[in-house]
Amino acid sequence: MAAHLSSGRVNLTALREAGRRELREFLDKCAGTKAIVWDEYLTGPFGLIAQYSLLKEHEVEKMFTLKPGRLPQADVKNIIFFVRPKLELMDIITDNVLREDRGRSPQRDFHILFVPRRSLLCEQWLKEQGVLGSFIHREQYSLDLIPFDGDLLSMESESAFKECYLESDQTSLYHAAKGLMTLQALYGTIPQIFGKGECARHVANMMIRMKREFPGSQNSIFPVFDTLLLLDRNVDLLTPLATQLTYEGLIDEIYGIQNTYVKLPPEKFAPKKQGEGGKDLPTEPKKLQLNSAEELYAEIRDKNFNAVGSVLSKKAKIISAAFEERHHAKTVGEIKQFVSQLPHMQAARSSLANHTSIAELIKDITTSEDFFDNLTVEQEFMSGIDTDKVNNYIEDCIAQKHPLIKILRLVCLQSVCNSGLKQKVLDYYKREILQTYGYEHILTLNNLEKAGLLKPQTSGRNNYPTIRKTLRLWMDDVNEQNPNDISYVYSGYAPLSVRLAQLLARPGWRSIEEVLKMLPGPHFEERQQLPTGLQKKRQHGENRVTLVFFLGGVTYAEIAALRFLSQMEDGGTEYVIATTKLINGTSWIKSLMEKLEPAPF
Amino acid sequence: MSRARADEEEYWHSSKFRAFTFDDDDDELSQLKESKRAVNSLRDIVDDDDDDLERVSWSGEPVGSISWSIKETASSSTSSLEGRDSSLQKGSSSYAALPKQVSSYSLSNLFKGRNKLPSFQSLSDAFSDAGVKNYAPELRRPKAEYKDYSSDWSPKDTVRRMQRGKVCSLERFRSLQDKLMLLDEAVAGHDGNVITAVLIFLKRTLRREILFRELEVRQVALCHLIHFLKETGEQKFLLDLLRFLDRTEEVALSQYREHLNIQDVEKRKEFLKGCIGLPFSAEDSSHIQDHYTLLERQIIIEANDRHLETAGQSEIFRKYPRKASILNMPLVTTLFYSCFYHYTEAEGTFSSPTNLKKTFKIPDKQYVLTALAARAKLRAWDDVDALFTTKNWLGYTKKKAPIGFHRVVEILQRNNAPVQVLQEYVRLVEDVETRLNLATKYKCHDVVIETYRDLKDRIQLTAYKCKVERGSADEEKINNILNN
Repeated sequence: MAAHLSSGRVNLTALREAGRRELREFLDKCAGTKAIVWDEYLTGPFGLIAQYSLLKEHEVEKMFTLKPGRLPQADVKNIIFFVRPKLELMDIITDNVLREDRGRSPQRDFHILFVPRRSLLCEQWLKEQGVLGSFIHREQYSLDLIPFDGDLLSMESESAFKECYLESDQTSLYHAAKGLMTLQALYGTIPQIFGKGECARHVANMMIRMKREFPGSQNSIFPVFDTLLLLDRNVDLLTPLATQLTYEGLIDEIYGIQNTYVKLPPEKFAPKKQGEGGKDLPTEPKKLQLNSAEELYAEIRDKNFNAVGSVLSKKAKIISAAFEERHHAKTVGEIKQFVSQLPHMQAARSSLANHTSIAELIKDITTSEDFFDNLTVEQEFMSGIDTDKVNNYIEDCIAQKHPLIKILRLVCLQSVCNSGLKQKVLDYYKREILQTYGYEHILTLNNLEKAGLLKPQTSGRNNYPTIRKTLRLWMDDVNEQNPNDISYVYSGYAPLSVRLAQLLARPGWRSIEEVLKMLPGPHFEERQQLPTGLQKKRQHGENRVTLVFFLGGVTYAEIAALRFLSQMEDGGTEYVIATTKLINGTSWIKSLMEKLEPAPF
Repeated sequence: MSRARADEEEYWHSSKFRAFTFDDDDDELSQLKESKRAVNSLRDIVDDDDDDLERVSWSGEPVGSISWSIKETASSSTSSLEGRDSSLQKGSSSYAALPKQVSSYSLSNLFKGRNKLPSFQSLSDAFSDAGVKNYAPELRRPKAEYKDYSSDWSPKDTVRRMQRGKVCSLERFRSLQDKLMLLDEAVAGHDGNVITAVLIFLKRTLRREILFRELEVRQVALCHLIHFLKETGEQKFLLDLLRFLDRTEEVALSQYREHLNIQDVEKRKEFLKGCIGLPFSAEDSSHIQDHYTLLERQIIIEANDRHLETAGQSEIFRKYPRKASILNMPLVTTLFYSCFYHYTEAEGTFSSPTNLKKTFKIPDKQYVLTALAARAKLRAWDDVDALFTTKNWLGYTKKKAPIGFHRVVEILQRNNAPVQVLQEYVRLVEDVETRLNLATKYKCHDVVIETYRDLKDRIQLTAYKCKVERGSADEEKINNILNN
């Protein structure tokens, strides 16, 4: 089930195993049969740690979704709530507990498992409602870093960016530091820490402090990671705003990938057999898991979408040829061999079918006029053209009432590429947006301004051109088919964040001091002492392993760019990626928008 | 509006800008088709029964995954419950619906009690606990944790224990100095959970002025408190704090945000009126004023139109019944509405488009776009015509469109305008190439033919002959031109 986690340079199965162990231990504390009541948000992330079978082995007989009202009748000894520490969820739990029929026998025991952390506030709230005493076990399950793939970890904390940069709430940074401590407990102390940004500085400080306060954490494991690079999302606000152009990036932009799953329109995935068709055309979305366990997906996920078609057709030929072999199989031995390969071939065929369908769906969109126009404007901005005046296309989109998030992405992109907009331009956009989408969005515009995404140009100086040139963020000659630079992931734009990682590995940040100063927040380096026995003697030609932690979110295109660097023949560094949340421009902007429906009270 | 054509050509060919399309469209498309074909042909050969690596139920969830199992295990038991407890049905399975379900009681209840206290009590309740709910972290220790408890943890130890989720008494920290040390320790730990818990304790045990003064020099703690107050809806306390800090713009915005919680439109309007004087930035302040004025208008228009509609005497409302009320709609939507239902009204009425345009200083472009869309939807082609007709002082008429006629054509086309109407505007598109493109796309043969004639392009004109109907007037026209 989790073979793909061990495919990379660092075997992340160990992390998953640790998570499973902790889960089993908690379940065994509540002796007897159990029902779990799930905060629905958690089922996705938990699914990456354990399947139902594991829970079943530990006497979990029923599972429900958390909702107000009476709990379903289930003849179990224990009811366990798996929840995030949120007050509104405590309300629902309270309702559940208060409606429990006291007369029933045998009585059911209640427990709470907070994920990722117990909350004093929540427990206090339960106490106010007079139900805290009903819970026998109140524990926490520190699901900080969840393994998503062989080289990818995420905390899946959707509000991390907003909390850090808008509300100055650093709780998610605390969790990030905790997660890094867990990681070091399993994979050894990371000797070198680099960072850029306020939040990065905080996390490094917390790590150092935690290490000091828990001397027991000094372990004797040979370090797997050579370097940790902590990057604030607000050092690079530009990248997530641009439309990702890798295969996986586009799937996420268009359909949204949640915990490695994507839901797709079912039309292209019609029933497989001709005879069955017609009667019951599927109406429910088709759900697929996307990770490197699937050979074909691992090969194409990080390619520029323009390079995907040729791979698919090549694969089709290979598979067709393989099936043709059956005509040549004459002897019993040959037939036997053919048959033994069938399962693998069938899996490959089904995988090819799925991705051909997905590629078709995406192509319908990427070839549309609007996609093209939108991309043209993005590329103009990123290469520094006409960023200081009102853009016609944006104006047209507002007039045609395109989705507000799309407008905000473009306007923010323009602002970031111009180190802030001229007051006149900013006021014009604001007015147009408020008149067309409603005045209440003034609150959202304010949030974007606070986060630095949309702002007036205050210094009167536009630093972006200098940053662009020094870091070579815009590349004129992109090779999408056989890339030689990370800029292929945005067909011309090289993600700033990944450029920083690349330059750190070679030739080092000293070469770009000037630009680093233009970007927000401090940059720093820390060293963690290793016992002499654990110091690494590098074999000749052995690659270094760097963990890049994006505080505030990372996009699939950035991940693709880092994987590209890992695979470069003379790269010398392999990357593992961690983040607070996998994001794209849309989900990111959405997290910053003011909730406009009336509050639930 | 658009670059000169030559510029544009150069711009695309200068290789700096890559259009994101498949390099060779046909080739790529055929490649996809090819793999599709291969896949399909293989279907006949392969037995499909167990072709997937993991078993997947029809919804696509892998069998045995957690979310799948919730559905499985829940369905067996909920079915037996149907009808027994209607509240269960109400709580639909979709998580998105949750907030509505908890509307009657919620976290605010916990904190609201305090809000309602008259403000003069706030001083005294800082001193006495009587009658005030207890917000601090658990003070009395449960028996199970008794052995873990000691009364003289230092602030540092206390914070560390709280970080580990242990219960600690904060009541021992009596002096201001102790309390502040505790707060600083919590902030140094970065755990928002603990910081908030300490803040709640301080909020309960310190005088407001003192708390505010100390927080002013502790920005991180301050942010946490503001966040907490927002979350729990302690609006008054929040505003007091922001006022103390002189963060006036934030006070204004925070107060303005409250209007979202007011459902009754009259009350909402009154509330917005009260927001007008708040210290917004100059730019924002005019928007807030507009917001109020707009809602005020909408209330008048809504009352009037609802009456007209129910009376059934107005033709337009009979023919095109309103789909929704205009209340709380954005300005441009309101303008569209008024162009749709009240186009011919005199400027003096609140619902007339010209009045809206004037009141809200709607730019020409925006106005024309909206009016055009509304009139085209009603297929009122004369109104459309009038929209672009200007008379100069000699009485000559001229056609002018602030948005460019290519946009006019697009909008008309989207509203299924007949070719006769469409071609009138296609003809007015200035740029020849755009005009030809639009004319060809929407089959305005006349315009295509005339344009080629003016360009004296025999080859194209001859080629176009196959696009028109054989024996039609268009064909004849082409032949005539070619023969001359």
